[in-house]
Amino acid sequence: MENAKSFIAARVAKELKDGDVVNLGIGLPTIVPSYLPEGVNLVLQSENGIIGTGAKPTPDQADPMHITDAGGQPAIASPTGAYIDSTVSFGLIRGGHVDCTILGALEVDQEGNLANWIIPGKKVPGMGGAMDLVVGAKKVIVAMEHTAKGSHKILKKCNLPLTAINCVDLIVTEMGVLEVTPKGLVLKEYNPEFTVKQIQEATEAELIISDDLKAMA
Amino acid sequence: MTKFISPKEAAALIPEGASIMFGGFMGCGNAHKVIAELAKLGTKNLTMISNDGAMFNGPDGSEYYGVAKLIHNKQVKKMFATHVGLNPDVAQQMNEGTLELVLIPQGSMAEMIRAGGAGLGGVLTPTGVGTIVEKGEHVHSKVEIDGRVYLLERPLRADFALISGYKIDKAGNVWYKGTTRNFSEAMATAADTVIAEAEHVVEIGDIAPEDIVTFGVLVDYVVAPEEAQ
Repeated sequence: MENAKSFIAARVAKELKDGDVVNLGIGLPTIVPSYLPEGVNLVLQSENGIIGTGAKPTPDQADPMHITDAGGQPAIASPTGAYIDSTVSFGLIRGGHVDCTILGALEVDQEGNLANWIIPGKKVPGMGGAMDLVVGAKKVIVAMEHTAKGSHKILKKCNLPLTAINCVDLIVTEMGVLEVTPKGLVLKEYNPEFTVKQIQEATEAELIISDDLKAMA
Repeated sequence: MTKFISPKEAAALIPEGASIMFGGFMGCGNAHKVIAELAKLGTKNLTMISNDGAMFNGPDGSEYYGVAKLIHNKQVKKMFATHVGLNPDVAQQMNEGTLELVLIPQGSMAEMIRAGGAGLGGVLTPTGVGTIVEKGEHVHSKVEIDGRVYLLERPLRADFALISGYKIDKAGNVWYKGTTRNFSEAMATAADTVIAEAEHVVEIGDIAPEDIVTFGVLVDYVVAPEEAQ
C-alpha cells in the first residue's frame, strides 16, 4: 500500500485525547501529531528531559548545545512545558503519568510481548528508554507496517529478545487495528483494501475476528 | 570547600583505570572542555558511566562530540550505557573485543545512580522483567512483592562525576540550562569526587536559592572558563 505510514499515523491519532501525555518513539510515531483533529493537543514528553515539548524550534530559538530531544536534535519546551532531570523523567514514565506511548516493533506477539531493541549479532543499539516506557505508560500502541517486506512481524511468540512482556495494548498497521486481549489478538478494524483472509495470511498469530468488525477510517 | 581549577587541571585529577560518571545525553550537557583535555592526556582503561556514547559531528563543529572523543581514542575499557546506536565506534570496539558494554534501561540507570548517591541498597523496578536484562551484572535478583515481580538493581557509584552547568556560583552551586541537566543531578550525588564545568561563573546570590539544582556541598571542583581565572 502506498502512503502506508501516513495511513497508520492518521489512525493512531484517533486514539489520543486532548491533554494526553504522550511519548513518541522514533520514525513513524513522530508523524502522528500532524494527524490530530483540531482541538486535540498533546503534552509530549522527551525522555531526556522535557515534559511538554514545543513545536520544532526556529533557527533563532534553536540552542543545540543546551536543548535537544532524545534523538539529540534541537528541541524546546512549549510555553507551558518544563525541563526535568532523568530520574524525574523516568519517574513520570514508570509512575503511570504518561497516558500513551507509540512505538514501532521488530516483532510483537499474541500475548502482547514486544521486541524492538536488539537484533543479536547484527544491531545492538541499546534499549534507551523503551523498556521503561512500555512497562510504565498506561497505554502502549505499536504503530508499524504489518509485515517486514512480506515476512511476519505479528507472531504467536516473539523470537527476538524482548523489550517487555505482556505490554502491548493495541497494534495499528496499514491492514487493520488489532487489540491484545487475554484470549489473543482481536481484529477490531480492517482496511477495506484488504480482505480478512489477506490480513490473516500476513499474520502468524491466529486472529480472533471481532463481532463488531469495522472498516478502518 | 569548592576549588576552582582549569580544564587541564581537572583532567589531570583523573588517574588511569578510574570510573567516571559523565552527565550528558547525546553530548548535550557533557563537560566538553574537561573531556577535550582528558582526550589530549590519553588517560586509559576508564570505566564510563554515561547514558550514551554521544555522536559524531556535534553542533559545536567537533568531529567527535563530547564523550565520543574518549571512545574514539580507545580510552574506555568498560561502558555502562542505555543506548549507543549513534556512535558506531562502540559497536566496532565491542566487536574488536577492546570495549565491554553493559546496557541498562535508561530509567533503571538513572534510579541506580540516584540510589548510589542517596545511600539506598538498591532499586526495585518492574522494567526489564522477562527480558535479557535480568541476566545483567547490575541485577541482584528478581523479587516478588505483593504479587508484582521486580528486578532488584544494584546502586551505582563512581570515583568521579563529571558534569556541566550553565551558571555556577563561587560556592559551587549549579544551575543547568535546557535539557543539559539530564543525569547530572543524580550523578553529582553518587561519586567520590565531583567536577563541575562552568560555562559562566557567577557571584554568590546570582542564582536564587530556589533555583539551585546541584548544591555546592556536592561539588569538589569547579572548572572555570579561561576568562574567569
